[in-house]
Amino acid sequence: MSSRDDILGRVRAGLQRNASNATIARDEMLAALTNCSQGPKPGIDAEPKALLERFRLKSELQSSTVDIVAHESDAPAAVARYLAAMNLPKSAVAQPALAALDWAGAGLTVEARGARDADLVGITGCFCAVAETGTLMMCSSPDTPAAVSLLPETHVAIVRASRILPYMEDAWALARKELGTLPRAVNFISGPSRTGDIEQTIVLGAHGPYRVHLVIVAD
Amino acid sequence: MEIKSMHFKANASAKLADVVLQRNLKSSKGKFVAKRAEAIKDLDDFEGTRDAAAAIRNKVIDNLDLWLERFERKALDTGAKVLWAKDGAEVCRLVVEIARKHGVTKVTKSKSMLSEEAGLNHALEAAGIQPVETDLGEYILQVDNNEPPSHIIAPAVHKSLDDVADLFHKVHGTPRKTDIPALTREAREVLRGHFLSAGMGLSGGNFLVAETGSVALVTNEGNGRMVTTIPKVHVVITGIEKVIPTLEDLSTLMRLLPRSATGQSISNYFSILTGVKKPEEHDGPEHLYFVLVDSGRADVVGGDFHEMLRCIRCGACMNHCPVYQTIGGHAYGWVYPGPMGSVLTPLYAGIENAIDLPHAATLCNQCGVVCPVKIPLPDLLRKLREKQTERGLRPLTERIGLRLWAWVAQQPRLYALGASVGARYLKWLAGDTDRIRLLPTAPEWSLGRDFPAPQGKTFRELYAARQTRTKEST
Ligand code: SF4
Repeated sequence: MSSRDDILGRVRAGLQRNASNATIARDEMLAALTNCSQGPKPGIDAEPKALLERFRLKSELQSSTVDIVAHESDAPAAVARYLAAMNLPKSAVAQPALAALDWAGAGLTVEARGARDADLVGITGCFCAVAETGTLMMCSSPDTPAAVSLLPETHVAIVRASRILPYMEDAWALARKELGTLPRAVNFISGPSRTGDIEQTIVLGAHGPYRVHLVIVAD
Repeated sequence: MEIKSMHFKANASAKLADVVLQRNLKSSKGKFVAKRAEAIKDLDDFEGTRDAAAAIRNKVIDNLDLWLERFERKALDTGAKVLWAKDGAEVCRLVVEIARKHGVTKVTKSKSMLSEEAGLNHALEAAGIQPVETDLGEYILQVDNNEPPSHIIAPAVHKSLDDVADLFHKVHGTPRKTDIPALTREAREVLRGHFLSAGMGLSGGNFLVAETGSVALVTNEGNGRMVTTIPKVHVVITGIEKVIPTLEDLSTLMRLLPRSATGQSISNYFSILTGVKKPEEHDGPEHLYFVLVDSGRADVVGGDFHEMLRCIRCGACMNHCPVYQTIGGHAYGWVYPGPMGSVLTPLYAGIENAIDLPHAATLCNQCGVVCPVKIPLPDLLRKLREKQTERGLRPLTERIGLRLWAWVAQQPRLYALGASVGARYLKWLAGDTDRIRLLPTAPEWSLGRDFPAPQGKTFRELYAARQTRTKEST
């Protein structure tokens, strides 16, 4: 007998599985998969201004820094400002999805491609953001490779205010609507990478970025 | 991992006498507790969320066969392969086979307790494949002579800054440093090279999503993302009980897991991985394998300890356990310490191999109160004690003693005589005080407890005296 059959066989025996309880259970399973019912959620003011404010506040609590600009075309200058203020290099890798922005106009050397180990700054967009916890939702694709938000020491993300949603549940609904199926990698990112493994002292910058800067486009 | 739980008493005594460990435990004590207490405040309906989480887990484990089949079908649809392992030996065999098939000589690992259960690092090394632990805590333990973890969330919590400073100085050959960020950077730099050169990444799985055939990983350091993004092959090793129905359920459980574990409202990274890289994509594994592991779980389904399968491995029960806080995780002798370990070890490794663990609890129910999926841990510990008695596994002296007591209790005169001698003896023992500090008949047991001394008369004597008084006054 294969291990699969052996394991499933013992699970069935433990549950006293038979044809009639299997039918009932299968119906319940299908219902659960179609209803996608939600658990209790903390109350959040879903008015756009309040959402933006909550997202900003929660992001800062996660040790991200936040800047707000009026239009997407202002984003490159905002990124340049941040890099200069932090004394960081003026060259970066950006997700191909952001290739059309005028990076050179802001004095930056930006290559739109997947990330390499030597890249020090990574610029990304995001699929949407979650106000409840101050979290970015990143969906991988050829135009939005996952490693750009991971390998570089600095991660700058451009977030459209209109894509800030109250809860993670809303992010799932949006992904189902716009993408149909899940991409290979969904990464929810909440601030720079960190560890508390030495004496429970939190240190920013474990294996991923040391800093995360958010440029929110109010549009 | 070799089971050393039968030596619990000796191990626990040694840990109590270990000055360095006691100092380290004292300094970490309470940090997790305070952070969790603060973090659950943002949930308006914490109890309701716990109920919902328990219901989600019940939904799956009560029909685990169907949910597993459903997850398997979905995962196969995404291009992943699904393998099944009955025990640790089969986990090792399957993983070594996968590595050989893809010509892999180095494996980077994100934390996986199941790989600890299986002793996978050993098996990989024996097959000439280098395993590299990349979670900072696990890395510290690996370079310290493969020391086992002492906590499921913070594996090296028993080590002090000085311990780590000495260790890195020794194994990295760098100047000794005591600055925690500098030590962390040193590990980052060593491990970055491994991330980029490994042919295979290995991770556990916090949840398997039946709706989408995905694995969900909860991490902070980013090592989980590294091992699942960079190598060509990704192997997920998880227990068969880890399935949950939908993405919405994932969100509910995520409100509880990081809060209960580390007091975070959400972990830094929460990755939901589905299928393999498309040809036009820049990163991601070309091959994804799920190894679904039984190792004792299937036999727990539907039995007296079924509820234990709800566990989401948050570690809150150990963080709040007075016994764990006093002796640390190693004394428990296997992968899982604290209250959850005292239930899981006997179930997965054999009741007879962990006789003392169900007794290593005061049944104060701190664990039951904090468990995000409402597992009644004290009840399960009590049930395990009953099982030990049913199977005649208790020590001979205890069995004879209880039998003797049962016989005496059925002889009213003898019982009355025994009780009256006993009550007087105990009063004499207490002397002038109202406390008994040491019981000569059970010195070990009474060492850590004081009891109020009896008044010197038995209940029956007091009752009889009262009856006489009442009669006289009427
Ligand atoms: S038993 Fe409950 S508290 Fe303990 S690790 Fe499991 S889920 Fe967490």
